[in-house]
Amino acid sequence: MPNKYIPHTEEDIREMLDRIGVQSLRDLYSDVPQEVVFEGEYSIPSAMSEIELRRHFKELGEKNKALTVFAGGGAYDHYSPSTVAHLLARSEFYTAYTPYQPEISQGTLQYIFEYQSMISELTGMEATNASMYDGATAAAEVMFMMVASSKKKNRVLLSSTLSERVINVVRTYAKFHGVKVSLIVEKDGVTDLDMLAKELEDDDVAGVILPTPNKYGIVEDFTGVADTIHSAKGYFAVFADPSALAVLRTPSEWGADVACGDGQTLGMPLAFGGPYLGFISCNKGMLRKMPGRVVGATKDADGKRGFVLTLQAREQHIRREKATSNICSNQSLMALYATIYLSLLGKEGLKEVNVLSADGAHYLFNRLISTGKFQPAFEKPFLKEFVVKTDLDIDKINARLLEKGIMGGLSLGNGLVEFAVTEKRTKEEIDNLVELMLED
Amino acid sequence: MKTYDKLIFELSRPGRKGYELPADNYMTDGLSAIPSGLLRETPAELPEVSELDVVRHYTNLSNKNFGVDTGFYPLGSCTMKYNPKINEEVAAMSEFSSLHPLQDVKSAQGALELYWNLQNMLANISGLAEFTLNPYAGAHGELTGLMVMRQYHLSRGDEKRTKVIVPNSAHGTNPASAMVAGLEVVEVKSKPNGSIDVEDLRPLLDDSIAGIMMTNPNTLGMFETEILEIAKLVHEAGGLLYYDGANLNPLLGMVRPGDMGFDIMHINLHKTFSTPHGGGGPGSGPVGVAPHLVDFLPNPHVKKAADGTFYVENVDDSLGSVSTFFGNFGVMMKAYAYILSLGKENIKNVGPIATLNANYIKESLKDDYLLPISGVCKHEFVFDGLKDKSTGVTTLNVAKRLLDYGFHAPTIYFPLLFHESMMIEPTETESKETLDDFIAVMHKVAQEARETPEEVLNAPLTTIVRKLDETTAAKNPILNYKALKDSEK
Repeated sequence: MPNKYIPHTEEDIREMLDRIGVQSLRDLYSDVPQEVVFEGEYSIPSAMSEIELRRHFKELGEKNKALTVFAGGGAYDHYSPSTVAHLLARSEFYTAYTPYQPEISQGTLQYIFEYQSMISELTGMEATNASMYDGATAAAEVMFMMVASSKKKNRVLLSSTLSERVINVVRTYAKFHGVKVSLIVEKDGVTDLDMLAKELEDDDVAGVILPTPNKYGIVEDFTGVADTIHSAKGYFAVFADPSALAVLRTPSEWGADVACGDGQTLGMPLAFGGPYLGFISCNKGMLRKMPGRVVGATKDADGKRGFVLTLQAREQHIRREKATSNICSNQSLMALYATIYLSLLGKEGLKEVNVLSADGAHYLFNRLISTGKFQPAFEKPFLKEFVVKTDLDIDKINARLLEKGIMGGLSLGNGLVEFAVTEKRTKEEIDNLVELMLED
Repeated sequence: MKTYDKLIFELSRPGRKGYELPADNYMTDGLSAIPSGLLRETPAELPEVSELDVVRHYTNLSNKNFGVDTGFYPLGSCTMKYNPKINEEVAAMSEFSSLHPLQDVKSAQGALELYWNLQNMLANISGLAEFTLNPYAGAHGELTGLMVMRQYHLSRGDEKRTKVIVPNSAHGTNPASAMVAGLEVVEVKSKPNGSIDVEDLRPLLDDSIAGIMMTNPNTLGMFETEILEIAKLVHEAGGLLYYDGANLNPLLGMVRPGDMGFDIMHINLHKTFSTPHGGGGPGSGPVGVAPHLVDFLPNPHVKKAADGTFYVENVDDSLGSVSTFFGNFGVMMKAYAYILSLGKENIKNVGPIATLNANYIKESLKDDYLLPISGVCKHEFVFDGLKDKSTGVTTLNVAKRLLDYGFHAPTIYFPLLFHESMMIEPTETESKETLDDFIAVMHKVAQEARETPEEVLNAPLTTIVRKLDETTAAKNPILNYKALKDSEK
């Protein structure tokens, strides 16, 4: 019986069964109807030793190709200092559960408090929760927050310049929950603000979600938007790239009530789509409608500083079907990831990451335009991601790049192709990319 | 170490840094192309600290934490089993961690093969047809599963099925997930042993019922012996059965949810399949379904072509998407490694040994702690506090005293069926010696409650912080560093 993960010897089992007063392990299931007892054998492989397991993963890994990435689309190849992974591997962090016993969970509670503080610095908003699953589900929860906060309004407007993947998830949640979602059309690559104003006239809009930067990488201008939305008694939410908020006008500076987005850009490995994290920040007025765990500072019986889960009266384990959300845990370890990353990069480093990425992106953009084979898709400002137009066969080019170990721009159809550049790319890699694209 | 009490912000000194980036040789000023009105006005006050500052700070914080690697963690309903280290190693392999979720599937065949293999293993272990691994957590899996339930009825034009039956003993997530999925909750009563009262269920089953949510074993750790009758009744009424996989661990090797008549279920990979809880995520909540529900699973679907290659497909009948990409892929890798490490020979022992451990503790402590339900339990059981109610010592006091003795506390005050609930789940990875130590300490606390109750009433006495003022924390929330600094002025 003993296995490296199951320590019981035959003797242990015998003594334990005696204490319980039954004859066999099978007797512990005497209450299970015979018809449902599984008598077969699972069709999974035989146990693998570590040597065999490593070999199996190596074989699988060889069927993947690590690429030099020039695409984004919601996942960006940012750099993460070595220290982050090392500290994340401390098992006192990763083998703990949700901090239900604060006296022995101050490590988790404090880093969540620090995480909340850092995200609040980036968004400019007072309150941030302990994290959500990803950016798209965070946006869906923000939709619910706005509907719950507004009185009897049940429609939410999404800009069609939000990522299609975010829109899809929000729409799924909306469909089943019974919230009406309308898309605001785009004009020249940005949200059509005239249409937004028009939609708000109907007086049934609980809130609006707009992106920065948007799905084309464009930094949109939201001047006057907060007033327009607020005068229609709606809530204004901004879906933001938290890394970019080191340099871009913040949701708070735009006058938004709530911010959300995906934390992947804070150095998280691409990892084939996850784990990343979602974040939600809001002003104090919406705090009690915010989903998820929140950590607050307090004092212990001796007056010493400490941290606890707070405002739990919003949550599912207390409120059941009257809770703000069904979310229990979140992406806590990824919140630690973001916290350590932001501590290392700090005030100047996160700006520098954005400057390097933006300079690289503009360099690539200029190189592509100068070839004469690409034209700007939109005359709009961008940071690290942009779209160009071409008559070249982009699928063919990307297939060729893949052979050379490069992930080229994402094809958006109609000759539009979207590139992203991070601080991990070099001038040489960009020059090489442009050269390879033009080869024929 | 224990006295360390700084926030990372308090270590900050202007100009200090903990990173180094390559020189910028682009000779292009990207930011200047952005109008100044679109740029941030005031800088984000992130810490300015050295790399060593960061390393010491978070190492010190880790010392203020209790994890499975620190000691026994008998938190009921959470299945805090050992998190194998090889799983962490393989999940961090750059051959996987560097994969962009949108890269050509031709260049990600290994990742898709792993995803597909895990889908199939879970289906086989559960007795269901197919799984999606997209949901990010148990609660997210529940929500996804209920969306499958609704999508099924809607696809048949059966729009009046807007209610779901949930036992009053269920975990709070069940009714909350139902609410988010747009379903109205109808409670079915439990019998004193926590099992569903079939007589109470019968009249609830009409054509407005979309289905029923159940765990089996239930939240008291007792097997629902009338499950086949319940399944028959719900199916006859046109409803579907949802299995909450929170309590799947004792069934490994013994019972498959699909064979009990369940149509939809979620699995918590971070419970049954050993992936770390991470201080509260990231988890993973795969959802499995019976054959007639496969097309309703969320997009994207990962499939295998006739030529043996793997591809990604969006299915028209799908309920939609619940995740940006494929879910928490990094977590799936760990669960896959765990299943392969145990193999078919050992995985079948998981359930029986988890059940053995729970019954052993239960039988060893029932002289000092009140056992409201007798008979064999499965992976967990509930005490209704100390047997001797005259001491004034509550379940909370016992839980806090356990911290002094180096154990994590059980789940307390859940389920709500008893006033002093104390829910204990040891898992199969704990040895008899560990259980014996725990049993001895539990006896000792019971003895203290009788003889020196003040020690238990004032617990914890030896932890890094003592009892924290949660009331003030909720009344005047201090949620970030700046607010804390203001409050301490």
